[in-house]
Amino acid sequence: MEKIKRKRGKVVSYNKWGYFFLIPFATVYIIFQLVPLVSTFYNSFFENYRSGLMQVGPNFIGLENYKTLFSTPDIWIYVKNTLIMWVMCFIPQIIVSLLLASWFADPQLRVKCAGFFKTVIYMPNLIMASAFAMLFFTLFSDSGPINSILMQIGLLEQPFKFLSNVWGTRTLVAFMNFLMWFGNTTILLMAGMMGIDPALFEAASVDGATSTQTFYKVTLPMLRPILIYVIITSLIGGLQLFDVPQVLTNGTGEPMRSSMTLIMYLNKHLFSKNYGMGGALSVFMFFITGILSLFVYQFSNKKND
Amino acid sequence: MKKFKKILALSLASAMTVATLAGCGASGETSAPAAEGTESSAETQAAASDDGAEATVSAGDEGKIFNIYCWNEEFKSRITSHYPGYEEVDGTTGKIGDVTVNWHITPNDDNAYQNNLDETLLNQESAAADDKIDLFLIEADYALKYVDTPYTMAVSDLGITEEDVANQYQYTKDIVTSSDGVLKGVSWQGCPGALFYNREAAKEVFGTDDAAEVQKKVADWDTFVQTADELQAAGYKITSTVNDAYRVYSNNVSTPWVVDGKINIDENIKKWVDDSKALVDKGETGTSELWSDDWSKGFYPEGKVFCYFGPAWLINFSMAADQEGSIGNLGGWGITEGPQGFYWGGTWICAATGTDNPSLVKDIMLKMTTDEKIMTDIVVQDDDFVNNKPAMDAMAQDTTYSSKVLGGVNPLSIYCAGADSIDLSNLSAYDQGCNEGFQNAMKNYFDGNATYDEALDIFYKDMAEKYPELTH
Repeated sequence: MEKIKRKRGKVVSYNKWGYFFLIPFATVYIIFQLVPLVSTFYNSFFENYRSGLMQVGPNFIGLENYKTLFSTPDIWIYVKNTLIMWVMCFIPQIIVSLLLASWFADPQLRVKCAGFFKTVIYMPNLIMASAFAMLFFTLFSDSGPINSILMQIGLLEQPFKFLSNVWGTRTLVAFMNFLMWFGNTTILLMAGMMGIDPALFEAASVDGATSTQTFYKVTLPMLRPILIYVIITSLIGGLQLFDVPQVLTNGTGEPMRSSMTLIMYLNKHLFSKNYGMGGALSVFMFFITGILSLFVYQFSNKKND
Repeated sequence: MKKFKKILALSLASAMTVATLAGCGASGETSAPAAEGTESSAETQAAASDDGAEATVSAGDEGKIFNIYCWNEEFKSRITSHYPGYEEVDGTTGKIGDVTVNWHITPNDDNAYQNNLDETLLNQESAAADDKIDLFLIEADYALKYVDTPYTMAVSDLGITEEDVANQYQYTKDIVTSSDGVLKGVSWQGCPGALFYNREAAKEVFGTDDAAEVQKKVADWDTFVQTADELQAAGYKITSTVNDAYRVYSNNVSTPWVVDGKINIDENIKKWVDDSKALVDKGETGTSELWSDDWSKGFYPEGKVFCYFGPAWLINFSMAADQEGSIGNLGGWGITEGPQGFYWGGTWICAATGTDNPSLVKDIMLKMTTDEKIMTDIVVQDDDFVNNKPAMDAMAQDTTYSSKVLGGVNPLSIYCAGADSIDLSNLSAYDQGCNEGFQNAMKNYFDGNATYDEALDIFYKDMAEKYPELTH
């Protein structure tokens, strides 16, 4: 009897180290994530802003901020803008990444200098988004190099005002994000593909499957967990799209606020240090992100069962 | 190998810990000098705490630390070279007698200067005497935001009389006069603007580059718009962008941007919209932003731009005069008054309420903005247009003073006339946000992406975000 007790004691004392090692994470999480999260909810119930040097509030106003937020269709327009730009960036991104990853991961192809190419496609991600956006702003300005080239080869007669055109601006934002993130996605997918048991590919080829069949019937299904991960992280990242359109449009989201994303809208409220409206908007985003992630997760898991 | 791994893990972990704690270390450091300061002047603190109302304290009782908040090196270099007795210690500190001057320079980008100033001013009351702001600089666009608050001292409380500032241009005083009529700041510079025209273009289109003849072509806005057609026929744009003329229209409004908490679009602003739309539709001007590459194309003859609006500093320092082949480099600009008088830029000195060095603030204000000798020195040495009517009028008559960029004419009489004609009685504390927001929103209308009402709606949305208390 006593022996057993002592044994149990030993097990418990090992467990405590697990918790001990979790302390740094838990502390950081509570201070930098949980407290701000809860205080965002708290702030959203107050009227609290500054006009010039005059501080208004904080006064408790209940759900008034949410009413203001949803009293106009604006918020849904910004949701739509954000999602449009995300989709425009994500579809080409996932196609190119899958293609590149399957080429790099295919042992039969023996791509030369794979390490070099992996580095190169990852490179754009290392550039600061704001610097990248400034570069594109200059390249695509009304009398910038791109317009000069297009006019010289005779494609255009008048310079095309990319940044005064709704789809011009959105395409530029999506294209920049695509360039910045497809390398990252490629490397993630490649890691996933390398993790697939080679025996499956061998079995497929023994059974006479073509490479297209192998890709759709073996690679893709086996890749699902990684794909879900990529979609969810990209979706959350996409909803938080900010730096590229902010710098490209100088914070205005022009033309006609068609490239104004949710976070840019949030940033607008910070000019007047409007913590109330900012809080309400953040809470809204918290739920939107949560719902969309759940949806993607459920949708992709169902087929598995 | 195992041991090596252990050491590696340990060193990585410690590196991470150090990195996390580095943030704390830095903030600890910055508070150190403040603590030192409090110790050294413990005896002055008592005197300083109650001098807000009766500011005339003799210099001996005052603080030993003088804090100046500004956004660039300009004022510092003026003080360094013109304020008697100022010694530079290093990049951010100096000495006047036994008083240490601390320069707190925060760049203007992204509103950082104002954000920093706001936070510090709001804490002014509870700050230790040596941490209090003594003097800060502001720009015209947001002057009322500070002037209309008790955080800025009236200059009369410092002992500066109306006679002291009698020689200053009226508009420079209007900008820093609070809504109830109290003067709360002073400036050493004036920035009246003029119209700079491309002499070659004038000769080609009008047959003369004589300033009086050109002035007839741009005498008022309706003639200005008609002249644009003439220039268009010869392949010239009248201005580089619609935003060039915005300042000229907006300086001449007859109602402020905000009346009783309601946003108000002045007739002259509306006229800017109508005139600009007509010009843009006929391809007679562009819609790019000021300071963009597209905007500055016209600094060169190939840019085919007829005129720019600006003050002396624009043409002297910002229009590529030092670049081979630019119009300015060839002395190819002419100068005339243009349709309406306006100003662009300028820096004002304000005293912060609660300063523990009121007499030093007063002395800096008087020396830099009213002392005729120092101000003439500034004109000669730094090419500034100073805020002193008699001094500038005398310089305007001086035939030996001429501007190379403007083809050898003395432009000062035109600037002086401009400075006299500016009327800024219709300012509001919201001007900066309104002006920026309005120009951005109207670009949609000019580019054909929206009707005027839709663009106006975008402007109102922007205002609701910037100033939640306003209605329209």
